[in-house]
Amino acid sequence: MEEKDLYAEISSIRTLMERSTKFISLSGLSGVLAGIYALIGAVIAYNLITINNDFKPFSDPDYGQALLIKLVILALVVLVLAISTGVLLTIRKARAKGENAWNQSSKLLLRNGILPLITGGIFVIILLIKGFIGVIAPGCLIFYGLSLVAASNYTYGDVKWLGIFEIVLGLIAALLPGYGLFFWAAGFGVLHIIYGAVMYFKYDRENSAG
Amino acid sequence: MKIALVNFDKAFENRIRLQVMSVLVANESYDFNSLKELLEVTDGNLASHLKALEKDEYITVSKSFVGRKPNTRYQASKKGISAFKKHLEALENLIKQQKL
Repeated sequence: MEEKDLYAEISSIRTLMERSTKFISLSGLSGVLAGIYALIGAVIAYNLITINNDFKPFSDPDYGQALLIKLVILALVVLVLAISTGVLLTIRKARAKGENAWNQSSKLLLRNGILPLITGGIFVIILLIKGFIGVIAPGCLIFYGLSLVAASNYTYGDVKWLGIFEIVLGLIAALLPGYGLFFWAAGFGVLHIIYGAVMYFKYDRENSAG
Repeated sequence: MKIALVNFDKAFENRIRLQVMSVLVANESYDFNSLKELLEVTDGNLASHLKALEKDEYITVSKSFVGRKPNTRYQASKKGISAFKKHLEALENLIKQQKL
């Protein structure tokens, strides 16, 4: 065996171990877009809320049922748009690299992230039905952050940091009732844009595949 | 320059077999098609190397069905994992010797 083969052998083992366990086709650009959707959604929500209500900081907000339904629909539209953009751009990026987006590591990524996400989703819906509106934004942020941290073992390490920031933001939001929407916009809007931009410049740019 | 092959595992002389083993050591289990995609090898080629590793008892095979499609999954056995580790140590030692 030649000396250079030895190095090639070891580096091929290392890349394979990494590539087989981590899903690295997550699109950075889709993070930026998801953040923009969230910010637009938050602006619309802010207008919907302030049209008939005075803004009362440090109090649990008291919205009418009609307004709540509008806000929930708005949130769902933002969610569906963000997820579909993410899935589409990720599939495109995987294709550009000649990989299948639905592979063992992406399955593991989803399987690990989905439990906190669904738990959090149901928990938040229960709170909403019970009328605890002030806990919804922190609840969304904290559970989303936990889900990212849980999934992050199977993709870029940067995802773990996004998760930790979401959790911290969620906890701060819980301390400051009445500002839920602002924290929601910061967590789902601003953080996603920052994270997406970092990912884009760190991993995507040289591949120019979004 | 030629180097001595002390402690080298015959089973891992083949590149693909070593690659299969690195994937199986890093993951709980892996299925045939994902392995094929990852290593970019043909069905027949991969199957023959998997057979060889199975014969050495370095991997175990479990067959099941997903719907109507057969799904064959492979796991690294204890024997396989320790053989892989020894092989890596041998590679590392070689590199160290050359640096002296």
